[in-house]
Amino acid sequence: MTRFPLHRRALMTGALATGALALGGPGIAHARTASDRKLVVVILRGAMDGLAALIPAGEARYRELRRDLAISGGFDVGQGFRLHPRLTNLYRAWGDNELVLLPATATGYRERSHFDGQDYLEAGTAVIRDGWLNRALQLTRPNPSAVGIGQTVPLILRGNAAATSWSPGVLPDPSDDTISRLIDLYAGDPRLAETLAMAVETDAIAGGMSMAGMGGGSGPGQAYVQTARAAANLLAAPDGPGLAVMSLDGWDTHVRQGSDEGQLANRLGALDEALGILRDGLAAHWPRTAVLMVTEFGRTVRANGSGGTDHGTAGTAFLLGGAVRGGRLIGDWPGLGTLHEDRDLIPANRTEDLFRTVLAEHWGLARSDLDRHVFPDQPGAGFEGLIG
Amino acid sequence: MSRLDTAIALTRFGVGARPGEMDRIGSAGRDWLREQIGQVETPQGRDLRTSREAILYFREEYQPRLAALQDGTTEDPERARTELGRLLRSGSAAAILARTQLALTTEAGFVERWVRFWSNHFSVSMTSPPMALLAPTLEMEAIRPHAFGRFEDLLLAAELHPAMLFYLDNASSVGPTSRAGRRRGRGLNENLARETLELHTLGVDGGYSQDDIVALARLLTGWTIGNERLRHRSNQIGRTVFDERIHEPGAQTLLGERISGAAEDKAPTALRQLARHPSTAQFVATKLARHFIADHPDAADIAHIAQAFIDSDGDLAQVANAVITAPGAFQPDPQKFKTPEEYLVSTVRALNLPRLQMRALRASLAALGQVPFRAPSPAGWPDTEAEWGGPDALMKRLDFANELARRVGASARPRERAPEILGPRLEGATALAIARSESAEQGLTLLLMSPEFLRR
Repeated sequence: MTRFPLHRRALMTGALATGALALGGPGIAHARTASDRKLVVVILRGAMDGLAALIPAGEARYRELRRDLAISGGFDVGQGFRLHPRLTNLYRAWGDNELVLLPATATGYRERSHFDGQDYLEAGTAVIRDGWLNRALQLTRPNPSAVGIGQTVPLILRGNAAATSWSPGVLPDPSDDTISRLIDLYAGDPRLAETLAMAVETDAIAGGMSMAGMGGGSGPGQAYVQTARAAANLLAAPDGPGLAVMSLDGWDTHVRQGSDEGQLANRLGALDEALGILRDGLAAHWPRTAVLMVTEFGRTVRANGSGGTDHGTAGTAFLLGGAVRGGRLIGDWPGLGTLHEDRDLIPANRTEDLFRTVLAEHWGLARSDLDRHVFPDQPGAGFEGLIG
Repeated sequence: MSRLDTAIALTRFGVGARPGEMDRIGSAGRDWLREQIGQVETPQGRDLRTSREAILYFREEYQPRLAALQDGTTEDPERARTELGRLLRSGSAAAILARTQLALTTEAGFVERWVRFWSNHFSVSMTSPPMALLAPTLEMEAIRPHAFGRFEDLLLAAELHPAMLFYLDNASSVGPTSRAGRRRGRGLNENLARETLELHTLGVDGGYSQDDIVALARLLTGWTIGNERLRHRSNQIGRTVFDERIHEPGAQTLLGERISGAAEDKAPTALRQLARHPSTAQFVATKLARHFIADHPDAADIAHIAQAFIDSDGDLAQVANAVITAPGAFQPDPQKFKTPEEYLVSTVRALNLPRLQMRALRASLAALGQVPFRAPSPAGWPDTEAEWGGPDALMKRLDFANELARRVGASARPRERAPEILGPRLEGATALAIARSESAEQGLTLLLMSPEFLRR
């Protein structure tokens, strides 16, 4: 097992809990608060092939195991790894020291169902009650407002803290009078009343933003670009939210996923374009922004019978943004010499540790609170010094 | 038996009332539901294709044009690309229009809901060019014919339908030690096996392992789509075929039972075994109760449906009867938030609007967030208020209702319309808000956005 030299694991939670960051419990203001920060969480649904995005080209068995899926090109990020050749914006972020890469990472989930895997990723626990981001929001004072890009609030944001959803529309808005009458009508239905109130508030922040202004080409690119543009516009608006969640679908590459070129390469290209839009759209906010990009699990190391990959275990996670102290790989690397159940990359790192670190360092939350309230199933060490 | 039962039957189990329907049924709502069981209608329309026609159309019309475009031998590439998009949309457009039109006009709304439930249970989605043409055909060819038959027959028809074989990649799964596997170095694709166990039969906690997934994947090898390149006979082209050359030979152990015998019989035997597994009854009953009765259904409702499933050996007519006779089936408070498609259909029925234009229909479904045959994953569309009732979703419904009211105009007469379509479900607060609205358009918007119209 390789341990990347640039990172130091937190020794234990207890040591940190006695530090300065832990002085304030919930309800007491911290030195750094969530309110002056922007956080974006990108969920890649369908299990992105982490070994295609972050290529362990230096591994002796890489070509033998991956065969037709082996990628020749890409951007060298050192220690035997390359970024996929279509990830040009991410490589630029790497060069700007704004990108942290976490290979061989997995949540606490060890089966291979997309749906349960995504639930675990978003709930942060095996028992699905609410989302871990929502539980983290409940620890912040003041609360940054939170939005899921799309029609519904994704599980990761659901819970007792208020969270809204928004996407660009095509139809003209109803009159204020109609809306206020509807709010009256919902007096007997608190759930609808609260939902409508949040929708109205977010719509006001979004101003006249409509589908027409969202642009984009066709295919996956269009959806990804529109989602990124909606997120960037909302986050950058005056009184805009501090937290946005984007869901990008379509990573379940069971058939002919390709290598340097092909289906998965095109999708990675679209993702990269969307990340560029997010960075450019956030503009002046970018230096105070962190973007967490994760997927439910990785894919098999070997190709399956149809030039694709089946559901696996460990994958790659990304932390990006102007607030990130990047340009490095973190965590442990298990190599490809031995595989988990003779098929998957060994899960050597915990995705929850990355989440925990971002919440502690970007939002200033106490690690002891995170252990108790946000990731009770998996307390313990996180990483250190990922956010400046 | 009461008029409230009828109002509930029309909305919770049906596709919404049209004006006059409530009066016609009177207080016989429960009988009205029961009499529909077994009576499946077939959507009608121009340009509807079978799965075989869809596959041939894809190979003969789409692929050559795409190849020409990629070779650079097309004269006007821009126009060719538009034409390709049109070819793909033509497949789904006719099917979406036909099935929506049936839902808008049917007098047996429970049947259409029942068909949609199973179509969603065995969800296939327009995720690639061939699927854009193929996805709409499974409901017509596998779901409707077996909707009130036996679950195991429905299961076989759905898993071995060309759309499913293609969508979940079984068409390209090859037994590693089969003749073709050894010669070409191809291998298994687990996708269909995994989703069959997880989503279609036992459910994720139903008691199977990764070994069972691999065993089922091996049993399913050989089931593919007839193709000239693979030298299938001409009458097999574009149809489901069993090709022993790619089938993994030998017996397999699935859930502790050994499955052997003729190569072609093994997958059907395995699927029938899964259909009879107790976890399947429990899983299906839970999904049915969640869809028809409540997001968090009572254990008693699930047990009632599961028992009917087990006692009748998966006779879906009896299971349907169990759904409408479950203890919580007619509880007066609505526990469900309509899906976008249910919302759109019930809206158009309530207003008795004339035939829809495809463009308007598709745009509305897209704006509301649910284009048929485009579910986001093999798990199909979600089925709870948490998934459908987000702030933006509610705002999109309001935009839609407002626009519809604007177009219908003063002819809407919402004050008279409200009791006609909601019956005893109409709340005093809603009636009052409509009566006090500043215009017929606004009154109609309030009616279509009232809690009792949004819920069922």
